[in-house]
Amino acid sequence: MRSDARAPLGLTIGAILGLAFLHLPILLIFLYAFTTEDRSYQFPPPGLTTKWFAVAWNRADIWPPLYLSLRVAAISSAVALVLGTLCAAAMARAKFFGRDTVSLLVVLPIALPGIITGMSLRSAFAIGDIPFSTFTIVLGHATFCIVIVYNNAVARFRRLGASMLEASADLGANSFQTFWHVILPNLGSALLAGGMLAFALSFDEVIVTTFTAGQQSTLPIWMLNELVRPRQRPVTNVVAIVVFVATFLPILAAYYLTRGGEETAGGGK
Amino acid sequence: MSGAAHPARGAGDRLTAVFWSRPKLLTLLLLLPPLLWLGVVYIGSLVALLIQSFYSIDEFSGLVVPEFTLKTYGELLIPSNADVILRTVAMAAAVTLAAVVVAFPVAFFAARYAKGRWKAVFYLGIMLPLWSSYLVKVYAWKLILAKEGIITWAAEGIGAGNVLNAVLAIPVIGGNSLSTSYIGTFLVFLYVWLPYMILPMQAALERVPTSMLEASADLGAGGWRTFRSVILPLAAPGVIAGSIFTFSLTLGDYIIPQIVGSSRFFLGQAVYSLQGTAGNIPLAAAFAVVPIAIMLVYLTVARKMGAFDAI
Repeated sequence: MRSDARAPLGLTIGAILGLAFLHLPILLIFLYAFTTEDRSYQFPPPGLTTKWFAVAWNRADIWPPLYLSLRVAAISSAVALVLGTLCAAAMARAKFFGRDTVSLLVVLPIALPGIITGMSLRSAFAIGDIPFSTFTIVLGHATFCIVIVYNNAVARFRRLGASMLEASADLGANSFQTFWHVILPNLGSALLAGGMLAFALSFDEVIVTTFTAGQQSTLPIWMLNELVRPRQRPVTNVVAIVVFVATFLPILAAYYLTRGGEETAGGGK
Repeated sequence: MSGAAHPARGAGDRLTAVFWSRPKLLTLLLLLPPLLWLGVVYIGSLVALLIQSFYSIDEFSGLVVPEFTLKTYGELLIPSNADVILRTVAMAAAVTLAAVVVAFPVAFFAARYAKGRWKAVFYLGIMLPLWSSYLVKVYAWKLILAKEGIITWAAEGIGAGNVLNAVLAIPVIGGNSLSTSYIGTFLVFLYVWLPYMILPMQAALERVPTSMLEASADLGAGGWRTFRSVILPLAAPGVIAGSIFTFSLTLGDYIIPQIVGSSRFFLGQAVYSLQGTAGNIPLAAAFAVVPIAIMLVYLTVARKMGAFDAI
């Protein structure tokens, strides 16, 4: 079995079927957004129409959740950018006592199921008598977004190495000048990628959010309610496409930003 | 180091001098904000969860009694609650096993045979479904599994409508339609968590040295023998790492069984409904501690088997 040998036929078929299994279901969403049938999920669609996009646009109940989702995702990824970069910088600098504990702590919010993060925050809000607000949603989102930025930044720091920073110091730059003129430009695309992935993750998050939102509705929560009690199914399809595109584009951009590096963005979610 | 060559000019330079002479100080300053956040928000919340799970509900007033008791954990052992836990663990195990089988060809092909352009295709082909909207993916399956949906249409189209009905007639895992049966829940879980299995598996397979495969062939092993005696053992850490994700994510999910599946609860649904309408936060917290405990055991075993080198 040489590495340049052709793959056995069975393996090739298995791999293609596996990839098809991963992709075909999503394509179906696009088809259903154009169906004329609005009472069931009938396949094939009895007819095609584009009117649902206009209907969705004019639905007043979609816009506030969309704004809330965008606001939460923006704040959360900003917080995660700062905290994740700081953490990565510290980890890249030195081996110190408790290093493994820190990396475990960063990964934990995403390694444990969302329901644990959600229920934990819910318990804390109950004990502390903290009312639900945008802030409580952000608390949860920023926590699990830190690891995304961290992963991207730490890989770039590793590639940057110590010699550039030493050269900068030898040329007389102080720590802040080195940060501004050397570290930040080198880190830029990794941070952008990390920030976009964090944004996508936050924009789409629903499990933790249901525990921390109270009566507020983010776009995924709006969609979840529609799934449980459908009102106008094709409108939900249109929103699904919007959510899909809003997460798909940042992910694709993040991939192209970090391509060719030793660590490509998105290796772990 | 700092002052000799370049005299200090301002606060920034003086701080730099301090950082140079005491490098640990800068590390600590960098770590402080993220550690404070994670420590207070996350660890603090986990502690709050533990505390709540030792509280109980007053049966008459419905209010939380903030006194230490094991009564709430005792309630987990009531048959109806224990059933929820067993059902969830069984589903997590089934999903994990199926994910290993489906993921293997994709991971193996991507690791061994995909070159150049195809490598990128496979990378994106696994990464995009992993990252694309969770809710949209679940929703897509609601469309697929619906009674009037594409699977029924395809089955009838190829004359296999009877087969579909026979499958749905199987007791326990069958149901009225695919979208209200355990089979449906299982398929959606498998779909949504599959990339989490492929990626670590692929990473482990990529690390199997070609020389070992050649050595195996030189020693007279055929393709199957090499696969069983060389590749599989070396891929095991990746499989275990992937299974951590698929198992843990299935244990904690409550959206999928709520949207696709029978009305019987999974663990996550129990947590969600108890903290919400029922207002029984202590029991919800105790339920949420169950997956943590299961995963701790799982992780300890996995660590012993060297799974963490593959993440």
